Amino acid sequence: MDFPLFHLDFMGNRMLVAIIAIVHVLINHALAVGFAPLVTLLEFRGYLKNKKNPEEGRAWDEMARKLMFVAFIITTTVGALTGVGIWFAASLANPTSLGSLIRVFYFAWFTEWIIFVLEVIFIMIYYLTWKRSNESARSKRKHIKFGFFLSIFSWLTMAIIVAILGFMMTPGSWVNTPSLVTGFLNPLYLPQLTFRTPVAMMMAGTVALMITAYTLKKTNVWKPQILRYISFWILLWVPVAAAGGFLYYWHIPRAMIGNLPVALGTQQFQDWYGSLLTTLFIVVAIGLTIGIAGILAPRRLPKHLLVIPVIASFMFLGTFERLREFIRKPYVIGDYMYANGILVDEYPLYQQTGILKHTPYAAMAEVTEENKIEAGEAVFNLACTRCHTTHGISSVVRKFERMYGTDNPLNAEAMKVYIKNMHNVRHYMPPFPGNDAELGALAAYISEQQKRPKRLEGPQVKGVDIKEIIYDNQK
Amino acid sequence: MTTLIINQIPIPKDIPLPLPLPEWLLVFVLILSFLIHILFINLMIGGSILTFWYEYKGRFNADFDKLAREIASTITVNKSLAVVFGVAPLLSINVLYTLYFYSANALTGNIWISIVPWVAVAFLLFYLHKYTWDKLADNKPVHLGILAIGILSFLFIPFIFLTNINLMLFPEEWGTINGFIDAMTLPNVFPRYFHFITASMAITGIFLAWWFGRKAFDTEKIFSSISRKWIIRQMLNLTLVTTGMQFIFGPLLFLTLPTKGVSWSLFWMIIGGVTIAVIVLVQLWKMIGKEQLVIDKRFYRLAALFAVIVAFMGTGRHIYRENALSTHREMMAERTAAHWEMVKQAHENLLLPEVESEAGSFKPGQNLFQTNCAVCHAATTRLVGPAMAEVVPDYKNDIENLKIWIKKPGRKRLDYPAMAGFPHLTDKQLTDLTDYLLNETWE
Repeated sequence: MDFPLFHLDFMGNRMLVAIIAIVHVLINHALAVGFAPLVTLLEFRGYLKNKKNPEEGRAWDEMARKLMFVAFIITTTVGALTGVGIWFAASLANPTSLGSLIRVFYFAWFTEWIIFVLEVIFIMIYYLTWKRSNESARSKRKHIKFGFFLSIFSWLTMAIIVAILGFMMTPGSWVNTPSLVTGFLNPLYLPQLTFRTPVAMMMAGTVALMITAYTLKKTNVWKPQILRYISFWILLWVPVAAAGGFLYYWHIPRAMIGNLPVALGTQQFQDWYGSLLTTLFIVVAIGLTIGIAGILAPRRLPKHLLVIPVIASFMFLGTFERLREFIRKPYVIGDYMYANGILVDEYPLYQQTGILKHTPYAAMAEVTEENKIEAGEAVFNLACTRCHTTHGISSVVRKFERMYGTDNPLNAEAMKVYIKNMHNVRHYMPPFPGNDAELGALAAYISEQQKRPKRLEGPQVKGVDIKEIIYDNQK
Repeated sequence: MTTLIINQIPIPKDIPLPLPLPEWLLVFVLILSFLIHILFINLMIGGSILTFWYEYKGRFNADFDKLAREIASTITVNKSLAVVFGVAPLLSINVLYTLYFYSANALTGNIWISIVPWVAVAFLLFYLHKYTWDKLADNKPVHLGILAIGILSFLFIPFIFLTNINLMLFPEEWGTINGFIDAMTLPNVFPRYFHFITASMAITGIFLAWWFGRKAFDTEKIFSSISRKWIIRQMLNLTLVTTGMQFIFGPLLFLTLPTKGVSWSLFWMIIGGVTIAVIVLVQLWKMIGKEQLVIDKRFYRLAALFAVIVAFMGTGRHIYRENALSTHREMMAERTAAHWEMVKQAHENLLLPEVESEAGSFKPGQNLFQTNCAVCHAATTRLVGPAMAEVVPDYKNDIENLKIWIKKPGRKRLDYPAMAGFPHLTDKQLTDLTDYLLNETWE
């Protein structure tokens, strides 16, 4: 509406956000939140063993340092940049939504930033002074303290961001009394945090186990012990993660009841909701197996197969991440803003007067017989492109072909009736935001796209059309 | 009558939520945090160029190679601080200039988003360079090549930021921009860029003079042929020359600024900065000429003066932005107010009795059918779902099962998609609906 709308006609904007966000979350959970305490613990074990057997202590310390090296390299490059990247991508994909969220959550993000600064400073100190800390027991103790600080602050960054994520799903009482605190205390906050914390620990364990199995030579006499210790760590966290996952699973539909009861009845939700439990079982089984195997027979752990628990634990998180996308629809901010970036409050105006009149970024204000297809494109751009493409991922043409079949060309009249009422039957879809003429133009555009496919370029390629808006400010 | 051809200026409406803090405080946070961010960016870029320079010279003198390595170790920290300190200004500019910043981002979107993978890869290249120093000691072309790609990335990425930050100031140009290249070639981007890169070298010179001049840094233990004094002099020379060059880039930048944001307060702000820059140059000149070159009070005074210049220029930059956008912001505020007045009107319209409501004449069941079912089902033709004439006879005397089906359907016909369920319909509604379905003649 009020922004030139960035659009990727093949991959779709949401896929762009999803890729960046998932990479970030996986790195954050596995290599920061979970990794920092595990590495610190290994270093501490090394310090204790050093008193009895310096050689053994050094082996543990060196392995902990190597693990931290991997985490350091990845978190300070891809991890940090994808974190900022989520903002970049989200502001392109849905500028109105991110712009609103930032106004509500400025303080949360600002606090997040301060903690983030400290986290970066601690990781710099922790990794870059590692070798120097081996000079004396005193400096080693100090070093371990920094590992502890790093662990705390890594966890805190997650604890804050989860509030913002939870808020997007269920604003709770925010819609009535918008303030930071009400946003923070939304009903999904604690279940999410109880789920993410142990999952992060478990993920870190699987990654550390794999790296250790690959880096240490078979001849290293301390290898089995270290592997066993990390396996024990995994085994410790698996049941907690399972309980957290179940708690979250249990809370999802209950927290959503006040928000969008109908979406829960849909086939998609049921399928997806069922698959959560299956994933939960599989991952717990794999986690337990590897934990027990690693404790009983660390020497015989097949190192190439250790990638399986890593993938499984990543999938565990990934499945739950998809939930957020699913559950918040048709809104992008529950009850306040639809996924197309249009406010619930603004709907009556646009439906009564048409939407094209109100955007500066479309060439026309009214639909006429001559401009029908171009107007349809403009409507598509405003109302659909935050989620759909013409022929790429989540293609609007394909969606209709799947419904109506490809035997006959898409019928514009039928699509018109469908779009007008679709939010009643497809609960994840927002209502159509324009008037009847615009609906007709949109349907005509979609059937034209089926007949003569034509890529819809975003403003980053073809620029924007601009028109003057006529409005009455005499009141 | 004359017709003026002017660029159409887009007047969007603002986000209808209040700012989280008083505006002046947000501005203060923005300027301060931005300057800290840019300080580390300067050190990261300047440091990487100097690393290359000394490593290249180090082919013949091992001491230069060591010096390069020492400088490289500062990049590791500076680049991470640059990123993390970038978040606060990003957050603040997002809040203060939402409409302007995001619009500019969208208009250059492909290149804008490429910053993310690009910077990540550049950082990885710097780690690769740092951690293969010994391994590639005999293969300097490759080692320097890795660094060169990293540096080229560092040199190009500021262009993307400058282009966006410049484009957001000129809504009147948004309609004429087709992609990043157009935006980059608006006047003023290149002068700003050269001003910035030159500043990076000047700031890096000051920083490294201090870094190697510290007592804790043991020059004699590390180098055999170069002295602390020599390094300090080199670094301060760099600062002197590049600061001097700003007397070319600075005026060029000022002269290419589109006049819409230039004001007397901006002018005096810049004159203030320039005056101090002249003092700094004279002091630097004297300092470098002295036999005794150490990091003392005089040096810190100089660094403080530098900070004052940066504060002047940073404030000037903000004054220009405010001036350039003030008219547009007023127009936007006016339109936003008018828009919400119209929204209010539209809500009132909803309360008016509908004059020719077709729906009103329907039976309750028919009404439900129209809003919930007609989307997919027609009387005799196939839509998304099968025709009513085809399915209704299945339930002729079986109203209960029809209700169950509507509430929680499955998939009966394999050539149709599965039907969506209607668990939210009440029993009363279901009865109305099924009555209507079974008693209507579908033809």
